[in-house]
Amino acid sequence: MKMLFKGSEAIAEAAIRAGCRLYFGYPITPQSELTEYMSRRLPEVDGTFLQAESEVATVNMMYGASCTGKRVMTSTSSPGFSLMMEGVSYMAGAELPAVFVNVVRGGPGLGDIQPAQSDYFQATKGGGHGDYRMIVLAPHTIQESVDLMNLAFDLADKYRMLVTILADGMLGQMMEPVEFPEMRDPNGVPKKDWALTGASDHEPRKVTSFNIDPYGLEEMNLRYQATYKKVVENEIRYEEVNTKDADIIIAAYGTMARIVKTTIHLAEKEGIKVGLFRPITLWPFPYKQINKLADTVENVLTVEMSYGQMLEDVKLGVNGKAKTPFYGRSGGVVPTPTEVLEAVKKVMVGDLNG
Amino acid sequence: MDSTIDKIIAKMPKSLSGKEFTYCPGCHHGIVHRLIAEVIDELGIAGKTLMVAPVGCSVFAYEFFDLDGTVAPHGRAPAVATGMKRAMPDRIVFTYQGDGDLASIGTAEIVHAANRGENITTIFINNAVYGMTGGQMAPTTLLGQKTTTTPYGRSAKANGYPIRMSEMLATLEGSAYVERVMVTTPQNVIKAKRAIKKAFEVQIKNLGFSMVEVLSTCPTNWGLTPIEAMKWLEEKMTKQYPLGIYVDRTKEAE
Repeated sequence: MKMLFKGSEAIAEAAIRAGCRLYFGYPITPQSELTEYMSRRLPEVDGTFLQAESEVATVNMMYGASCTGKRVMTSTSSPGFSLMMEGVSYMAGAELPAVFVNVVRGGPGLGDIQPAQSDYFQATKGGGHGDYRMIVLAPHTIQESVDLMNLAFDLADKYRMLVTILADGMLGQMMEPVEFPEMRDPNGVPKKDWALTGASDHEPRKVTSFNIDPYGLEEMNLRYQATYKKVVENEIRYEEVNTKDADIIIAAYGTMARIVKTTIHLAEKEGIKVGLFRPITLWPFPYKQINKLADTVENVLTVEMSYGQMLEDVKLGVNGKAKTPFYGRSGGVVPTPTEVLEAVKKVMVGDLNG
Repeated sequence: MDSTIDKIIAKMPKSLSGKEFTYCPGCHHGIVHRLIAEVIDELGIAGKTLMVAPVGCSVFAYEFFDLDGTVAPHGRAPAVATGMKRAMPDRIVFTYQGDGDLASIGTAEIVHAANRGENITTIFINNAVYGMTGGQMAPTTLLGQKTTTTPYGRSAKANGYPIRMSEMLATLEGSAYVERVMVTTPQNVIKAKRAIKKAFEVQIKNLGFSMVEVLSTCPTNWGLTPIEAMKWLEEKMTKQYPLGIYVDRTKEAE
């Protein structure tokens, strides 16, 4: 049965359906509805909601909760996610699974509260210190947000990694009909043979990102890298729309990709065939897939609500096979479908080069 | 072997792992570790106790205890412990933190954990200096005390005043039990152990936040011999940080 749901609340409900019973968070616009929904909903399912004193405390509470092997999450927006970077690095090092929802807003600094995609670097290249990665999923509809939430918890557990849902204020605030998956039993998630539950039935366990011996720490790092390699091999997800015989390919994700889907129709009326390449996993990025597409067109136009962050990955993927022009607006300004069409036309006549 | 021994007076607590301590001669960490392990043994809670070690000299503490454990980011142990306790309320969770960790970088986390009445126990080692990083000023450094970052002595004008955490946390209604002790003599060690045991019992009874602050020596960074350091602690530190029970709400909570 489909239900009409606000994006941020749909994400919250999806997390509960995925067996998450622990939420720690700190209010921040434009995602406070998610926090509020959890404060109301978790007690109904014997879950725990705790409003922390800061985002710094939030991520460390997640660290502690994740140590016990239970599913845990938070949601925040850009400045809050920056504050969490300390804990993100420690959790990545301690191989603790958890799910973050970052409803990105305009930056840098205090910025504003409007939708943006300017935290792509922070999410995909590592905002914290050290050689770590986290899986980054970018939904473009509310239904997809719901579906990816389930996947996020499974991937986090499977690889003992952090997973971030990179959304934006637009996705968080809009309403759409969604279908939720069945409620999963929180006790049904696989038992973790590393979890700290009290050493009554196992030898004392230690969960840490710490190793004072450089060779020991190198070994830990090699283990992380081996995990990341498996994720790259198995977990890349993307969508192609209208890419066959396209005159031009647009690379876009999240809300921007949704807008480009409208541009595709507008362009069709003017006789231009626009294709869309939409990475769903921003890390791992579908480099090979976009490289293959680049054989078929002269231009791969990247469109973002930033000044060109995913663009760098697109360039790495395209690897010189096509031109890589860029169009973007940021600071909370969302390009319209018509604006994107104008950019397409400019590229076609050689006025916008990359 | 036991047949030849009539009575065992002292032995290694089971809750210690037996790994050699990394602490300097005359440092009090080792004594406090032992007391915690003895208390855990006596309360029979080793199988359900989770430990959160800090960043600082006792960063390896999770290795010294035969318990499930982790290391928190600097100052964040109370938040990590909160996450553990909320996820598994029937487990016993304790943090072990130094003064740089608890009284400087982690003030927000300790204040709010205490204020929530978070049902965890904190063992707070106050030696008035940053040990691990080489003897810099701590928020607990005494006025006039020389450290590597107060080479002319700590001045109130430049650096503010030595912070009294037990007194401060005692004002919070979530704090069920807060006591300051020291381990300079056998009598004081017995008193300290009693305080630690009480703090864990408070948690077992779900009465709220409990903390034991232990005034400790750092002969290496104070530039004193272990004996001189004990004397300095007793004469100077206890003036700024008087011993005693700062709050005991266990009766009203029970």
